[in-house]
Amino acid sequence: MTFEPGDRVRVLPSAKPGHVRTPGYLKGKAGWIESMIGEFPNPEELAYGHSGLPERPLYKVGFLQSDLWDDYEGNAEDYLYADVYEHWLEPGEGGTK
Amino acid sequence: MSGHHEHEETTMSPYAMRIRAIEALLLEKGVLTEPEVQDSIAYMETRSPANGARLVARAWVDEGFEKLLLSDAKAAALQLGMEPEHPAEFVVVKNTPGVHNLIVCTLCSCYPRAVLGRPPDWYKSFEYRSRAVREPRAVMREFGFEPPEGVEVIVHDSTADVRYMVLPMRPPGTEDLRENELADLVTRDSLVGVNVP
Repeated sequence: MTFEPGDRVRVLPSAKPGHVRTPGYLKGKAGWIESMIGEFPNPEELAYGHSGLPERPLYKVGFLQSDLWDDYEGNAEDYLYADVYEHWLEPGEGGTK
Repeated sequence: MSGHHEHEETTMSPYAMRIRAIEALLLEKGVLTEPEVQDSIAYMETRSPANGARLVARAWVDEGFEKLLLSDAKAAALQLGMEPEHPAEFVVVKNTPGVHNLIVCTLCSCYPRAVLGRPPDWYKSFEYRSRAVREPRAVMREFGFEPPEGVEVIVHDSTADVRYMVLPMRPPGTEDLRENELADLVTRDSLVGVNVP
């Protein structure tokens, strides 16, 4: 699955243990692909002495703050970017800026 | 360094003692050498928020440089004689009259160390890391900054292979200042986005 800027995505609600670079507060949350950052060795493998190859695509993913927190205090337009690896994303329906 | 160890031990935290023990073991096993440890310390000490301030001040006075800083921040840093080389990407995000940016690393303490050096202690605290994503406006208020009405706040959580720095807006009334005087206005906090110059 490859994503394009503007695609709606959802972060997998996986409880995978270990050196995971997907923060818990984003799991299961929907957002949009802002851009593709590049391909990098998989940190979940790299952290344990493996090569991390093949490299994994990393995306800049946007989330409306109001989609992340029920009681968000701030403008409805406020949003958050996080860098999320492709294997943590699936197609989804969420808000967009 | 090793000469100070015994003297320091009475006031060292358990974490510092653990680090000293690991360092001593790595040296003993030959994984690291003392010069390598010293080089690494020297490397971090030559990096500081002053680098970020120079990048920002140049961007304020030179539109072409601002474009380079926003599109290829490592190239911009190289142009000013810095050594930004690091396995992670370095990205600069720009504040505008309508957008204010705030940087955090919720998972650990990712920070553009190759340019700015060590992050401040508060940046690594659980409190900042958890609150910056959940209530960024309240956090900024505590640092003494409140984005004006209508300004969007964008939080950048540096979760993976990118390190972020904020390009703040040039303060009003600074038209007559020279580049080095402008750099003096740029604080470390403003490069993280918890405040503005």
